[in-house]
Amino acid sequence: MNRYESVITGGAENSVATNKVLKNTYLLLSATLAFSAVMAMVSLYAGVQPMAYLISVIASMVLGIFVLPRTANSSAGIGVIFLITGLLGFGLGAVLSIYLSLPNGPQIIATAFGGTGVIFLGLSGYALTSKRDFSFLGGFLFAGMLVLVLAMIANIFLQIPAMSLAVSGGIIMVMSGFILFDTSRIIRGGESNYIMATYGLYLSIFNIFISLLNILSIMGGDD
Amino acid sequence: MDWIKILSVVAGVMMLIFLWPAYKHWSKNSPKPEKGDWTSVLLPLLAVVGLVVLLVMSVR
Repeated sequence: MNRYESVITGGAENSVATNKVLKNTYLLLSATLAFSAVMAMVSLYAGVQPMAYLISVIASMVLGIFVLPRTANSSAGIGVIFLITGLLGFGLGAVLSIYLSLPNGPQIIATAFGGTGVIFLGLSGYALTSKRDFSFLGGFLFAGMLVLVLAMIANIFLQIPAMSLAVSGGIIMVMSGFILFDTSRIIRGGESNYIMATYGLYLSIFNIFISLLNILSIMGGDD
Repeated sequence: MDWIKILSVVAGVMMLIFLWPAYKHWSKNSPKPEKGDWTSVLLPLLAVVGLVVLLVMSVR
């Protein structure tokens, strides 16, 4: 095989590997989202207290920081990602019970759900079809997240509704950027582990949904 | 301070601990944007803003 042929074969092999990662990521993402929805229904019907949300988020973060990176290259990683997404789904059920108690709660939840789906599918489709490299966004996105988390911590004490609205809007923007960034990394071979790729995309979807719920509940009033 | 506030702060600080190494890595290793790169990001983000405005109007 001459050099030219090996380049062509290598390119084809890379493309096949990338498509496999992409396919596995979307399959696992669908499964984890469905599992989260089931867990959310379970906690909704069990009438879990809102504090369960925070406990679930903390537990899933511990698993995401310390356990998932160590297990992502083995089959145990699948179990860990289902555990993380199941915990987040369980916590989400407690949040949904609060929104369901609002007068237009079911409408807000349905709108946030539909909006999250449109944002994710639209941005993923855009990143897949444009095939652009969005890796230049990395530094900006993580800096943006740091600023938003600091603002979120400050607002725990300040309790300013406008700041909560601004943080939620910022999170939707940054998470939308992360969808472009993560999808572009998968299709360009920057992320070859479909479990870690699924984790990144799942967190973006989860955060967009929670932030949309917050924005719609604050802005959705008649006054 | 109640337990919900304490847990929220713990969750926030954990997020900062989680994000800091990633921020350091990507701020050093991100490629420089080329001409047209920012436009290709801002257009879909503007579409997201438009969609959120529409969603807010639909629930009002």
